[in-house]
Amino acid sequence: MINKKVTSVEEALNGVADNMTFMLGGFGLSGIPENAIAELVKRKVNGLTCISNNAGVDDFGLGLLLQGKQIKKMVSSYVGENDEFERQMLSGELDVELIPQGTLAERCRAAQAGFPAIYTPAGYGTEVAEGKETREFDGKMYVLEHAFKADFAFVKAWKGDVAGNLIFKGTARNFNPNMCGAAKITVAEVEELLPVGELDPNQIHIPGIFVQRIFKGAHYEKRIEQRTVRQTS
Amino acid sequence: MLDKNGIAKRIAKEVKDGYYVNLGIGIPTLVANFVREDIEVEFQSENGVLGMGPFPFEGEEDADIINAGKQTITTLPGASFFDSATSFSMIRGKHVDLTILGAMEVAENGDIANWKIPGKMVKGMGGAMDLVASAENIIVAMMHTNRAGASKLLKKCSLPLTGVGCVKKIVTNLAVMEVTKDGFKLLERAPGVSVEDIKTATEGHLIIEGDIPEMTI
Repeated sequence: MINKKVTSVEEALNGVADNMTFMLGGFGLSGIPENAIAELVKRKVNGLTCISNNAGVDDFGLGLLLQGKQIKKMVSSYVGENDEFERQMLSGELDVELIPQGTLAERCRAAQAGFPAIYTPAGYGTEVAEGKETREFDGKMYVLEHAFKADFAFVKAWKGDVAGNLIFKGTARNFNPNMCGAAKITVAEVEELLPVGELDPNQIHIPGIFVQRIFKGAHYEKRIEQRTVRQTS
Repeated sequence: MLDKNGIAKRIAKEVKDGYYVNLGIGIPTLVANFVREDIEVEFQSENGVLGMGPFPFEGEEDADIINAGKQTITTLPGASFFDSATSFSMIRGKHVDLTILGAMEVAENGDIANWKIPGKMVKGMGGAMDLVASAENIIVAMMHTNRAGASKLLKKCSLPLTGVGCVKKIVTNLAVMEVTKDGFKLLERAPGVSVEDIKTATEGHLIIEGDIPEMTI
């Protein structure tokens, strides 16, 4: 067993510096690496490029890094629900690259899997494809999209063991597994960190080989963005 | 004329037994409420769930179980969760049978625009570009005209495109239309709406052949 456990979020983020590119898991506020984000806010690293499907809300998630103007560029598929984001984007303070959600996932997966680029039909004929190589396969047009290159991937899982094996819960899984092993260093934070042998190898979603550091998150707020309920009849 | 629920009800008739269906945000989400109970259908949400159920009862909300609109949801027996790459493999790989989504504009050649208003709204495309680029069966649910009264069924889209030549069918508050190589073919009228009303509200080329039946919902 190769031990990936680090004892604190501070240790987990060793090597993080200004002007780096980060991948951050999560969809909306579900499955975001809350503890890593809090530590990035604390360290005041700036000039960051963040690859994340969304940009959080004004006072939570990546919104916290936006408040501190720590982000130089966002690569996302959907950035609604965040006024500060919109203000920084429209004023030109923040550089934004909007790309289709499936393309975002696949550019992560390509980096994880060792593919330099992939062809996707998404965005063909739209401004997303402008300046990109296109090619026809079997009569349909595709756009060449390159694998991401990132310094750190910050992911959040439900359970993990000290070997770095991960299990996700519900739709908090989202981009997290696709970002594991897609950056130079993958830092996983988990709600429950177990000794080896406690997780059933049949149930592992991401094998520890894709993870360099793992720690137990001190606290999870798990904020709900749109609380919707049905009436009891 | 139909309201939003009426549009959803009419589209629900297009959902067939055994279909895997992806519903967009807005009117499309309402379609789930009107699908016949005697058929088996599974709803996919692109953030990573297949077999979506209704909203949870109060007190049973789980931050780890949401839909693509970030709403808390439940799952039905047989449901599964998966990562984003797998989710879009279902979509891009044409495993999802029917995609229903909203639009700001649709052109007579099937082009669709629904993600950006330059200088005004820049929320992003989310999964819409992947969905429209791959799905073989795309139905657009929308109002026939915008708030200013201008037609949303155009000769050519004026807004940045989401996808080209991809829309197959459109259900609006006024009509059901099929996109053909020659333009919007009128299939059905909404209750109380005349062919003339639909013509007036449609900027793109509208093909009217024979008697146009009133839709049943």
